[in-house]
Amino acid sequence: MLGKGVVGGGGGTKAPKPSFVSYVRPEEIHTNEKEVTEKEVTLHLLPGEQLLCEASTVLKYVQEDSCQRGIYGKLVCTDFKIAFLGDDDSALDNDETQFKNKVIGENDITLHCVDQIYGVFDEKKKTLFGQLKKYPEKLIIHCKDLRVFHFCLRYTKEEEVKRIVSGIIHHTQAPKLLKRLFLFSYAAAAQNHAATDPRNHTVMFDTLKDWCWELERTKGSVKYKAVSVNEGYKVCERLPAYFVVPTPLPEEDLSRFQGHGIPLWCWSCHNGCALLKMSALPKKEQDDGLSQMQKSFLDGIYKTIHRPPYEIVKTEDLSSNFLSLQDIQTAYSKFKQLFLIDNSTEFWDTDIKWFSLLESSSWLDIIRRCLKKAIEITECLEAQNVNVLLLEENASDLCCLVSSLVQVMMDPHCRTRIGFQSLVQKEWIMGGHSFLDRCNHLRQSDKEEHQRQLSLPLTQSKSSPKRGFFREETDHLIKNLLGKRISKLINSSDELHDNLREFYDSWHSKPTDYHGLLLPHIEGPEIKVWAQRYLRWIPEAQILGGGRAATVSKLLEMMEEVERLQEKIDARPHGQGALLAEAPLLLRGSARLSALFPFALLQRHPSKPVLPTSGWKALGDEEDLAKREDEFVDLGDV
Amino acid sequence: MSRDAHPPTDARRRAAGGGQGRRGRRGRALEGAERGPGAKQPGNGGGARSPRVSRMASAPTSKYNSHSLENESIKRTSRDGVNRDLSETVPRLPGETRITDKEVIYICPFNGPIKGRVYITNYRLYLRSLETDSALILDVPLGVISRIEKMGGATSRGENSYGLDITCKDMRNLRFALKQEGHSRRDMFDILTRYAFPLAHSLPIFAFLNEEKFNVDGWTVYNPVEEYRRQGLPNHHWRITFINKCYELCDTYPALLVVPYRASDDDLRRVATFRSRNRIPVLSWIHPENKTVIVRCSQPLVGMSGKRNKDDEKYLDVIRETNRQISKLTIYDARPNVNAVANKATGGGYESDDAYHNAELFFLDIHNIHVMRESLKKVKDIVYPNVEESHWLSSLESTHWLEHIKLVLTGAIQVADKVSSGKSSVLVHCSDGWDRTAQLTSLAMLMLDSFYRSIEGFEILVQKEWISFGHKFASRIGHGDKNHADADRSPIFLQFIDCVWQMSKQFPTAFEFNERFLITILDHLYSCRFGTFLYNCESARERQKVTERTVSLWSLINSNKDKFKNPFYTKEINRVLYPVASMRHLELWVNYYIRWNPRIKQQQPNPVEQRYVELLALRDEYIQRLEELQLAGSAKLAEPSTSPAGPSPMMPHVHTHF
Repeated sequence: MLGKGVVGGGGGTKAPKPSFVSYVRPEEIHTNEKEVTEKEVTLHLLPGEQLLCEASTVLKYVQEDSCQRGIYGKLVCTDFKIAFLGDDDSALDNDETQFKNKVIGENDITLHCVDQIYGVFDEKKKTLFGQLKKYPEKLIIHCKDLRVFHFCLRYTKEEEVKRIVSGIIHHTQAPKLLKRLFLFSYAAAAQNHAATDPRNHTVMFDTLKDWCWELERTKGSVKYKAVSVNEGYKVCERLPAYFVVPTPLPEEDLSRFQGHGIPLWCWSCHNGCALLKMSALPKKEQDDGLSQMQKSFLDGIYKTIHRPPYEIVKTEDLSSNFLSLQDIQTAYSKFKQLFLIDNSTEFWDTDIKWFSLLESSSWLDIIRRCLKKAIEITECLEAQNVNVLLLEENASDLCCLVSSLVQVMMDPHCRTRIGFQSLVQKEWIMGGHSFLDRCNHLRQSDKEEHQRQLSLPLTQSKSSPKRGFFREETDHLIKNLLGKRISKLINSSDELHDNLREFYDSWHSKPTDYHGLLLPHIEGPEIKVWAQRYLRWIPEAQILGGGRAATVSKLLEMMEEVERLQEKIDARPHGQGALLAEAPLLLRGSARLSALFPFALLQRHPSKPVLPTSGWKALGDEEDLAKREDEFVDLGDV
Repeated sequence: MSRDAHPPTDARRRAAGGGQGRRGRRGRALEGAERGPGAKQPGNGGGARSPRVSRMASAPTSKYNSHSLENESIKRTSRDGVNRDLSETVPRLPGETRITDKEVIYICPFNGPIKGRVYITNYRLYLRSLETDSALILDVPLGVISRIEKMGGATSRGENSYGLDITCKDMRNLRFALKQEGHSRRDMFDILTRYAFPLAHSLPIFAFLNEEKFNVDGWTVYNPVEEYRRQGLPNHHWRITFINKCYELCDTYPALLVVPYRASDDDLRRVATFRSRNRIPVLSWIHPENKTVIVRCSQPLVGMSGKRNKDDEKYLDVIRETNRQISKLTIYDARPNVNAVANKATGGGYESDDAYHNAELFFLDIHNIHVMRESLKKVKDIVYPNVEESHWLSSLESTHWLEHIKLVLTGAIQVADKVSSGKSSVLVHCSDGWDRTAQLTSLAMLMLDSFYRSIEGFEILVQKEWISFGHKFASRIGHGDKNHADADRSPIFLQFIDCVWQMSKQFPTAFEFNERFLITILDHLYSCRFGTFLYNCESARERQKVTERTVSLWSLINSNKDKFKNPFYTKEINRVLYPVASMRHLELWVNYYIRWNPRIKQQQPNPVEQRYVELLALRDEYIQRLEELQLAGSAKLAEPSTSPAGPSPMMPHVHTHF
């Protein structure tokens, strides 16, 4: 309608019909000239990695401006990853120098990163699974890290197509035995490095000493003790071999209900208040005797921790009045879909209703509620001087989330790299978060779609809910390391209660001490999409030479310069170097970095703008205004 | 009409007589007073912030805790001595006179009712809290007032239900409750109406009374001849013409115009008959290398019958040929297609393919001033006084504000891209060429020419594309005019500044100025303290002798540039900036639209910036230290072994962690 075909004069080809099938026909795709010679790019295999199958003359599409380009190459599948070996000159050629520890390349997709595989048959896109009767012309792979790959198989030999497609489907979808996970063959083949001093390394919390060290660090050792009762997992397999409990707690209580009903120490605040977590006792509806036993057991426990020297305990039941795992899973699946974009047309079509799409995913609202919960608990610990006991069925999902968020807000150590890694180790790894299930690494619910209506909430939450949260936290950390207040996130639908409001307002009205307590903003306008994670692969969304990357690289350059000057002053008695500093080495030419650096790739020609291909939308109730005459005022008065 | 006709001497005398009459504080530019409109509310929970922390110790911004206004007024009390103590705590500009003061209850939407005393001068409304636990100060230039309404009647019972509700042009409302007895409300209403809307009362706008002096003269910032010379004009293809010296060709254009060398003055006159309000196509900007140009004008007078004008057609062809390209001239009509068609009914229209063979026309779908005005109203609805909480994103979307920003930016990107690629010259118009056209040309120029991204360059850009080319500031803002519902009012310039802010947000190292600079411009767009934005066009300004009789906003800014500088600014010549006009990157400008809400207030400056400023200071210190060491070193060579040289123990070392 209106606006169609009149916008976009500068943006290269006109956008075809707005379905996903808007690809340029393969004949029209201009490929690199030396294509058929297929410059051999060697496959890098990790120790213990094995090549399983491969196909030649595969065409990978590269989104560039608003048209697509094709690169010929070889598609391979190993027991670790899917890789495309092409002569792609658009990739950063200084990759190796910039990222020394980059194991997974631009064209590598680890098997566990594959989210969905689609095949295109006669321009129709279908989900691929199981045994195929017919093989697609094109393979589209959506990754869990939100990359989207398009591989054209039209020029590939038929038997190679069969082999690679069924190979990829099998190795990314078939249930797997734990011992077959690649990391085991990798670990067997690669060298092991052992960590040493906790002060310089991530604390693994796999020894009594580590827990004691953490107790010392937070001055929690007065009221809490590390115990080794679970050594050899005699008490409970879910719990770590060592953990921390209130000092007066008798050891025999610990084994009573396999670790259920025991307040486990997470962290102590400077005022002595502690954050504790507890997995709920299993509910027994009928058996009165047992529930009576449970009750008296719990009474005993509460008596112990309610009595001085312990502060009053506030119990926070995360299973009943907080988010459900299913809410999180549903929101994340909707949310991630917003970033799995097939082409430019799709990007601009969704752009105009972007905010309502975001809102309908509820993801940002969930993030806001998590932050709010963490602020509430922070307020209890910091302002009300009470202990907080987090309660959850297994104390291994929302407990991990909330308790680590609280620690990030309250404990500056958790905002250092080592400190954050240790926090993840303590709360998530040792906290027993079932990564294997939550990320579905063994792909056991392959009939997930069918199970959904019937089965347990927990099965439904398989795949990757926690991952999103996990990333959000990393986000906070990154922002903090860069000196920015932790992420500002979303909408409040419910008012904050008075104490909390006062605590929150008062904190925000004072100057921020970045080495102290940090509270994120949780008002609607302050909560934004984490662009560096979610938009990083979308070429249309790159701001070249802009965004935070631009200021941060300026900061780093200045830091280098200051350091160099400092060295010069230190070395002054010997060297007589000129004052003029040479150009900083790091990140030179930052003008060309994308705003989403270091995650984003540069696939766009820097001097070409991205132009929306569809911008105009009906105004609805403002239509009458829009039609109004542009003013015709008598100019006599000027 | 009457709005321009206020005999200055007469009015000035009257105004002076009306006040309590102490004048002559001239020559004292008030430090901090340019904060202008701003409620200062120290944190409600934590009490007042520490006023000043040392430079290196990450001082919280001075922006929100500056008490300079207060300090200033306290100083003055002691100096004058004679006057009643309380009334003397009101800041005053030279030329500002006090009219009245009243005890009121300020109904603060964030902290509830606060008892205070309000002081009204001929420039501002100033409220100081009378409650001991509140340090609230409200300092609002009267120019910002759009509408004053009485609330409650003689029979009103509710608490604080009787008083005044003042709607401001800067996204807030002020409510005052007054006593029902006496005539305090009527007095306050009458006085405010009189001084907030001086035009209706044959009073001068405050800018004509302002006697501030600055050490630089902002009126000299823009000199059209110099600016065109900077662009390399005149050249073989473009000449400067004085045909509009007395505004006879076009009364809303500037006196000096740049037109194709091959078009004679007679040609220009003939073209003028075919363009709405005689706003003929003239040059705005020329690309230094490929010589393609941005030309601006109003719509052609095509009308229902599809009139043609050979001179206009020829003129556009002459423009097309100036860059020696054989390609067509690109015409961007800022309007949506339907509107352009509809405009034919009133005599306007657009360049048809039939008549203009060598031109290619694109519509940019930017809506008219009425749509923009309503859109901003909706923004206010969702942010003031309370920020829409439950459905923030969809509410924001329903205002369409960012969508309009996106369309304006997209249009400007297309203009810039076309010119930058050297493919063809570009002609931009909308209906009259003073709203959307100004937005598009100025934004495209900002993208293309890094000069306009400096403080003075931006001032020149505004002065040139907006002020001199007749953006109707008086009508769009309604300076001193009481008709708040005037359909001519529209936030077009605000929308432009918002687009600039979006660009500066996307390219944080590309602009010499900071956010404060943009907010200051917007504050004084309404304040009427400076003459910069008064009147609709250059001819009117000249008649009113604005440059002689008022102070320029740029005087204030340029005399204190450091405050408005962006520390990250990296000068990059010839870098074209293309913002990404996607909703994924556009944001509501919280620090402007929601600045009155103490809860939303964002941190200023951001920590990365703070850190950078600290490092800059450290670098300078080290360089100085090194120089000293070098000097000492050479001295030592002459006179050896006095003291062991080495790093100073006082030297703070860099901490790379936060």
